[in-house]
Amino acid sequence: MKLKFIEEKIFKVLMILSTLFVFGVVANILYTVVKEGWAAMNWDMITKLPGGGFYIGKEGGLLNAIVGSLYIVGASTVLGLIISIPVVFYLNVYRSRKSKVAYVARLAFDIMFGIPSIVYGAFGFSIMVYLGLKTSLLGGIIVITLLIIPIFIRSMDEVARELPKDIIDASYSLGATRLETIKVVIRQIAPGIATATLLSIGRAIGDAAAVMFTAGYTDSIPTSLGQPAATLPLAVFFQLSSPIEEVQQRAYAAALILTIIVLILSLLGRFITNRFSKNKVQ
Amino acid sequence: MKNMLFGLFQKENLFGGSPEKEGIILNEDGTFLPNQKFYKNTENSNISVEGLDVYIQNQHILKNINLKIPDKQITCIIGPSGCGKSTLLKTFNKLIDTTDGVRVEGKVLVSGENLYSKHSDVTNIRRKMGLLSQRPCPLPMSIYDNIAYGCRIHGIRNKRKLNVIVEYYLRAAGLWDEVKDRLHTPAIRLSIGQQQRLCLARGLAVEPQFILADEATSALDPISSKTIEELFVKLKEEYAIILVTHTLRQALRIADYVVFMYLGEIIEAGPAQEIFKNPKKELTQKYLSGAFS
Repeated sequence: MKLKFIEEKIFKVLMILSTLFVFGVVANILYTVVKEGWAAMNWDMITKLPGGGFYIGKEGGLLNAIVGSLYIVGASTVLGLIISIPVVFYLNVYRSRKSKVAYVARLAFDIMFGIPSIVYGAFGFSIMVYLGLKTSLLGGIIVITLLIIPIFIRSMDEVARELPKDIIDASYSLGATRLETIKVVIRQIAPGIATATLLSIGRAIGDAAAVMFTAGYTDSIPTSLGQPAATLPLAVFFQLSSPIEEVQQRAYAAALILTIIVLILSLLGRFITNRFSKNKVQ
Repeated sequence: MKNMLFGLFQKENLFGGSPEKEGIILNEDGTFLPNQKFYKNTENSNISVEGLDVYIQNQHILKNINLKIPDKQITCIIGPSGCGKSTLLKTFNKLIDTTDGVRVEGKVLVSGENLYSKHSDVTNIRRKMGLLSQRPCPLPMSIYDNIAYGCRIHGIRNKRKLNVIVEYYLRAAGLWDEVKDRLHTPAIRLSIGQQQRLCLARGLAVEPQFILADEATSALDPISSKTIEELFVKLKEEYAIILVTHTLRQALRIADYVVFMYLGEIIEAGPAQEIFKNPKKELTQKYLSGAFS
């Protein structure tokens, strides 16, 4: 056999091995979470608040953390979208491709993208101390919004930069102003918006470091923005560091709930993306 | 009342005549009479270009262009690639403004109004110029919304009115029978020839006075291009059509007025018969005989 065919074979095997490795890691994580978490999983976990003896292994559930996480993620996703869509629109429609402002802005978002979430948490904490605020739902929402804005902007921007100039010109030539053209742009980048939302939610719901100092932790469901809020990642963190075995198992149950939420959102996102892409001009 | 009357946009300004004559007439059950014309371009629309120079990134693209474009005729702009044909076309609807580093000097007068004066209303100018680009470019929405988009922007919200407009202009572009059962499916699912007719219908729906076509048939198959050409011949009763073309044959077939450009200058312009039969300039003769292209 010729050398180049052998070479081809070796590299093909290597690629398959790498792919299998990644699959193996995912499967292993899921297996561990399900195996450890399933034992502690019961209906109470997702329907009840922690009872008096919850942290020594007695009755109660994680409803506080589930609701807290959903509050924070829901609010910051909406806020993030409201802030990022105008930015993306400005960079891609109002600014030309070679614009220096757009270049600097993109650089800034890349830097924001790379900042670790604990730094956002510390930043949020210092501002809250300065303003005299306590840990609260509002603090968590603000910090998580800051955390996901660069994800939103960067992933929508990637799609928006591919925006065919013809489409914008077509809209202009019908007498649309730049602002009116947003309707066309949004429809064209809709799949990008869906993907960006998904990535952002994934990051937001799973982040423990940013909410630790800003949202705090509580056993009840917050009823106003000023009250602290529990989150699932912190529920995992606190319970896993407990010496009691039942409590440790519940940490895995919390992790399982978190994973299931992310899974549902991913599937939903896939579905929505497919629906939105049907009008996209290639 | 036997019939329903509908007028579009500001009737007084656009239609000139009485609404009974020029408005859309619907039957009582809301159906629409397919052969009636509700848009009549009564304005004397003409474009005249005076001493136009265009620089892009300090390159002199168009050099001292002087030109009068006749109304209700097909004007073909011909010339070799890179001679500035498309740039000239883009100055007519100010789409050139969106190019980086562009400088325009001189005047483009549309019905006596200079496009490049400080007070010109870009969106209104662009509305008057229906653009048909080289590759059809449907908007990322349904067939229906593609046509309705422009009308909605110009303030028509009434659903029944929109339905009538959509049907009328799809018929005008000869597309209605092919798409009437799937108006709400994505426009990109149409074939490329259908897409181009959709773009034409979309442009017509905002009631332009001119149709600017930038090699509008070069991406299409022969049958679709023929359909578009036939549409142009039909539409010239209502509109001034300006067509940039690479194919001399197309110009021969449909042009009433021909403008020959070379390296950013107009070499010769005149009625098609004259230019094709007795070109005065040597360069035009050479180009027409195929010595260069």
